[in-house]
Amino acid sequence: MASEASAPPSRSEKLIQDAVIRLAGDSQDGIQSIGAFLARLAGRSAQEVMTYMTIPATISGGPSIFQVRMGTGEVLSAGDEADFLVAFYQHSHDEHVSHLKEGGVLLYDSDHVELDESDTRFLKVGVPIASLTVEALGGSTREKGKNLFTLGLLSRIFQLDVEKLRRIFKERFGGKSEDILRNANLAFDAGYSYPIDNVLDRYYSFQTPDESGEPQVTMDGNTAITLGLITGGVRYGSGYPITPWSTIMEMLRSQLPKYGGLFVQAEDELAAVSMAIGFAYSGRLAVTGSSGPGISLKMEALGWATMAEIPLIVVNIQRGGPSTGLPTNVEQSDLMQAIYGSHGDCPRVVLAAQNVKDCFYTALEACSIAREYSVPVFILSDMSMASRIEAFDEPDLENLIVEPSLDLEDRPEGYKPYDLERITRHAPPGTWIEGGKFPQVTGLEHDETGHPSANPEMHVKMMNKRRDKIRKLADSLPPSKVFGDQEGDTLLVGWGSTWGPIRETVIRARSNGEKMGHLQIRYLNPLPNDLEEIFNRYKNIVVVEMNHEGLYGYGQLASMLRALTCNPGIRSLAKTDGLTFKIREILKGVQERVQ
Amino acid sequence: MSSPSVPKPVERGTITKKGIAADHPTWCPGCGDFAVLAAFFKTLEKLQFPQEKIVTLAGIGCSSRFPYFVNTHGGHFIHGRSLPFATGVSLGRDDLHVFVFGGDGDGFSIGGNHLDHAGRKNIRLTYVIMDNFVYGLTKKQTSPTSPQGFQSKTDPTGAIDRPTNPMRKLLSSGATFVGRTHASQIKHMMSMYERAINHDGFSVVECLSECVEFYKGAFDAAVPRKGGAFEIIDEDEHDVTDMSASLALAEEAWPGKFGVYYQKKEPTKNELEGAIIKKAQAKSNGASDLDHLKATFAMMK
Repeated sequence: MASEASAPPSRSEKLIQDAVIRLAGDSQDGIQSIGAFLARLAGRSAQEVMTYMTIPATISGGPSIFQVRMGTGEVLSAGDEADFLVAFYQHSHDEHVSHLKEGGVLLYDSDHVELDESDTRFLKVGVPIASLTVEALGGSTREKGKNLFTLGLLSRIFQLDVEKLRRIFKERFGGKSEDILRNANLAFDAGYSYPIDNVLDRYYSFQTPDESGEPQVTMDGNTAITLGLITGGVRYGSGYPITPWSTIMEMLRSQLPKYGGLFVQAEDELAAVSMAIGFAYSGRLAVTGSSGPGISLKMEALGWATMAEIPLIVVNIQRGGPSTGLPTNVEQSDLMQAIYGSHGDCPRVVLAAQNVKDCFYTALEACSIAREYSVPVFILSDMSMASRIEAFDEPDLENLIVEPSLDLEDRPEGYKPYDLERITRHAPPGTWIEGGKFPQVTGLEHDETGHPSANPEMHVKMMNKRRDKIRKLADSLPPSKVFGDQEGDTLLVGWGSTWGPIRETVIRARSNGEKMGHLQIRYLNPLPNDLEEIFNRYKNIVVVEMNHEGLYGYGQLASMLRALTCNPGIRSLAKTDGLTFKIREILKGVQERVQ
Repeated sequence: MSSPSVPKPVERGTITKKGIAADHPTWCPGCGDFAVLAAFFKTLEKLQFPQEKIVTLAGIGCSSRFPYFVNTHGGHFIHGRSLPFATGVSLGRDDLHVFVFGGDGDGFSIGGNHLDHAGRKNIRLTYVIMDNFVYGLTKKQTSPTSPQGFQSKTDPTGAIDRPTNPMRKLLSSGATFVGRTHASQIKHMMSMYERAINHDGFSVVECLSECVEFYKGAFDAAVPRKGGAFEIIDEDEHDVTDMSASLALAEEAWPGKFGVYYQKKEPTKNELEGAIIKKAQAKSNGASDLDHLKATFAMMK
């Protein structure tokens, strides 16, 4: 067998704009790493990329998939159906063949999969992946390395840049033993040099991007949030492990020390939020986070943070609820919780990131809002964005970075933390107050100095103070941007990770001559001031979201928007099957709801 | 180089009883907590920390009103979570003197889990549990330290659950300073507070503080002028670094002994986290925050 990859012969070549490749195997097969390599390669080739993966909720083993969509144009969703299915096992084939397009390529491990000969819907390509991998690597490796063998096959089929891939292997495996990198290359070469021509009569080639764009960064949503927080000046935080939030706390724990900060793994969610509030009170902008169940536990302390007017970032990587729910599936059912979850009238800020790139910018913005308005700020993301890899332009870090500062300058005599005339600016402990009267922070209703007050007039004033600053934030928001038709038949409204599928739906509908617009709301509390005016320009408004339509037939955002605008034209397209929206699902749902 | 550095403290005058007192306490006349507050003031007068560097924190309960009565930076947090709140303050700002005050409900019931973890993590702070064996703020319900047979509104025929043994709980938490005192013994209280404050680590003192309204006479057995015995630990006999001996003291019959049960120097979390930061920064050779960020993004290309 050739140890060096040889250039593919020139054969029939099909130029494609994008491809959806679904890899289906078991969780220990390393298919996530094929996906990650492809995603990184696409990013370095200035191609757009989006991945989608599911991991089983079991501790180890079990079926697992990774879907990567890469292409030259704008990639907005992970794709309804796959162009290519790689099936490692019979169960992978049986479970996923229905996701393959008719006429698509079914690449299967002929060591493990038997096909129904009479099925002619797909182009079937059988390769003895398991046995060839063992042959390439020698006896003791069992089937480990199948993933890289398969990556070799795909690289040949899609004429990917092998040199760039090898560099990525080197970066990934270079720090480990030489054997690992050598085996990776051996398995890759074996796949690359497999005579695929005998079974597949063409190669695919991505169109070169129109402009030679800058190399992009590729990362998943949780990494983007983490880096956004660090760029925004967060150096302290505390959390408790829960899927799918844990990767953020893991990364913060290992990253923050070199920035002079620290992240504490707390004994529980209540302690985690309390420690984060302690950091914030001590003058350090801090983060806590979790997923739904943990956020529920934090609610009392978050109410305190609103009352005491403490700046704080709270991340919720939503998963399927209620209760333990569907821990490894996606849902957007914590919107009301984020806005109203604490007892009492307890205003705070809620932002929702709409894609991986936006995870970075939303985290950054959350930091500046928390500081400016001295208030807890929620960042809502979800399971689908948490681990999905996308490529985007490297942010302008030099101009975006906020170096945290600790303001212990003396405060003048008569300093009041809860001055009714302005937004609260705390004097952290360690600050000398001229005249020697020190401030209190408290969850009791208080006067301007922070001392308890049950005075009816003062309570009303303080309630308004905490509300008014959120209104002030609403006044400062940029005008909402509608994509597509600025007026017309239908406006699709969404929030969070549904951005891509909704956008793709609108593009498709408009190419069919429909008058449709798309508005994705990033600011959920406060809502932008211009929504009512925008809604009035459309006959139908359909709010698309991944939560339950509840008792009255409307999803969570739809209910809020109806209450806000009293616009009876607002309809709801809500679902809770634990899966992201497909384009055809939205098209069909919209069709059923509009007049 | 990196952001979170702390400016040098500015010296400001001296701490006086007048300057350190804030609102007049809202406690009932005769409450043991008045004495705890007075002893705290006197201890601070003696120690003379810069006033702006003192932070007084609390959870919920009668005793947790404490911060309002002390003129320092202060925070009145939620029920049971004062320790993790104070942990954030202590780890965020190692230059501060962090004090936490609370009651038996806050410490041993709703916040019991946090006590175990703040103890084992050896957070640098001082915690005073003003134990009155009853829920006073909510007007006489059973507390985790109420003895069996105690008649309360939630146990009208007498408490049936075994009470928490405060000293045993504190010792097993991993706290590196565990003391016990009594609100009727001002001098002893002051010496306990001073030793706790001077201990570098998680120091906790249980202070029996009578609730004259809902559990009058609870601690008479330890008050000499009421015929009781206030027995102080003889540290020539008791090795405060010996956990087994300390646990044996904790098992003594009511009212037990007062003084330092346990004290041992162990690395604080503050020190250990500081070492991680120092190592990480030494490795990066003076790189700025922006350099670090750029390097991380370069890995994503």
